Amino acid sequence: MTDWWTQLFDFSDYGALLALLHNSVLAGAVLGLAGGLIGVFVMTRDLAFAVHGISELSFAGAAAGLLLGIGVVEGSIIGSLVAALLIGLLGSRARERNSITAVLMPFGLGLGILCLALYPGRATSKFGLLTGQIVAVGDPQLGWLAVVCGIVVVGLLVMWRPLSFASLDAEVAAARGVPVRALSVAFMVLLGLAVAASIQIVGALLVLSILVTPAAAALRVASSPVWVPVLSTAFALVSLVGGILLALGSSVPISPYVTTISFLIWIVCVLAGRRRRDRRTLVAKGVAA
Amino acid sequence: MLSVRGAQLTLGARTLWTGLDLDVAPGEFIAVLGSNGSGKTSLLKTVLGQHPLAAGEMLFAGAPVRRGDRRIGYIPQQRGQDPAMRIRGRDLVRLGVDGERWGPGWPSRARRERVDELLDAVGASHYARVPVSLLSGGEQQRLRVGQALAGDPLLMLCDEPLGSLDLRAQRVVSELIDRHRRERGFGVLFVTHDVNPVLGMVDRVLYLANGRFRIGAPDEVLTSEVLSELYQAEVDVIRTHGRVVIVGAPDHAHHDHEHPHAHPGEVA
Repeated sequence: MTDWWTQLFDFSDYGALLALLHNSVLAGAVLGLAGGLIGVFVMTRDLAFAVHGISELSFAGAAAGLLLGIGVVEGSIIGSLVAALLIGLLGSRARERNSITAVLMPFGLGLGILCLALYPGRATSKFGLLTGQIVAVGDPQLGWLAVVCGIVVVGLLVMWRPLSFASLDAEVAAARGVPVRALSVAFMVLLGLAVAASIQIVGALLVLSILVTPAAAALRVASSPVWVPVLSTAFALVSLVGGILLALGSSVPISPYVTTISFLIWIVCVLAGRRRRDRRTLVAKGVAA
Repeated sequence: MLSVRGAQLTLGARTLWTGLDLDVAPGEFIAVLGSNGSGKTSLLKTVLGQHPLAAGEMLFAGAPVRRGDRRIGYIPQQRGQDPAMRIRGRDLVRLGVDGERWGPGWPSRARRERVDELLDAVGASHYARVPVSLLSGGEQQRLRVGQALAGDPLLMLCDEPLGSLDLRAQRVVSELIDRHRRERGFGVLFVTHDVNPVLGMVDRVLYLANGRFRIGAPDEVLTSEVLSELYQAEVDVIRTHGRVVIVGAPDHAHHDHEHPHAHPGEVA
């Protein structure tokens, strides 16, 4: 029992570890910002399942990148973008999109497993792609993570209003001249980038904990266009940075800490939101009477 | 303000209407009637610049219609499943104020005041902070009117705005649109399958059927002779208690085997 505990939580020499691994914390912060913001649109556009599908193809790309020597990062970005564009272009309706995602997902996973099986190198870095890695983010990795997340955040801020309009109220947005289809494709590109970035930290199987759970939690307790993205970003930051800080001394990957924190936040928000929704219903009825 | 001359709309292999002439004057309320598939909604989409004409021309405020003209307001049918149901009423109206502009749109006082003003104009202020999904259909359509007023429209396009509303809400929403077009002087093209809720408000009726059309005062167009000639089938228009009932209008103008039937109070 105590063995498990020290494996999970070990804060001896924490100061020295933190100094050594501050790159990981920064990576978590950067990813939290991008993931929390894009999650809001993943929820309004009903793309949670598509995110999972993109991450499996991104995994395949990363594994192929490893095998062919192109590079894990490059491979995962290519895989993500291909999947995101396929889903975005072929699946404009939710039902088509779901079936395309369901078809792509096992194909991507299988392809990834094949590439990993053929790869002669060490096994630990292989599984990191699926389930997240043990804390260690190098300078070049942090650099590209910051660039990718920066593109996602800036892209989202530029498109924020028309993308919200198109996501929430497509028919009226089109009537107002919002380029609904072009925005949808542009959004899928940003989503692909965000998925590729998330995979490096939490792994392909757990991407939803960054790109969906925080936004889903925020939507439980807020509905204002200001508070939903603010809370979603805050939840994603707390999950990632908190998870990484807890994981620093342990021999376990980051991902279980991150997924547990984001899940706990979601539970709290569901409970808080239930009370709130009841009161709102009453307010609405009281007003109408 | 809207001027249509010899317009023809062809979607795929199908010509929806041809030789359409129509002028909408400022402040004029025109109901657009016709069977399913007669091209009523497509007419609105054409005015919005989303369908190009196969022939003829369509001018709005003196220039050919184009996409994204802020001076054209648009009110869609109320639907239960839209993602818009999850946001608050005032946020729905806000989308109409500056939703098409680029950038994040940081909170601003000017925009907040504009949204308040629009909510007030449609009597929606007291439920503006409630999520749209918790509102009645009539309350939701009030917000839609507020959203469409945000661009200070010269022309308002309404696509079945009374669909799935109860009778009382139908009256409230159509009176709201009627009042604002009188106060603000915008023209209205009002697509509806039931003319009765707006019968006392409309200036003219545009009736589309079989790719042809008739336009005129309700009393001139909604007669057994005119509609029978349009449909080239026996159609009876019955007026009872100030309501119009159209009996025998084929539902799908292009089917070989038509099943004429009547909906009390509706144009079939």
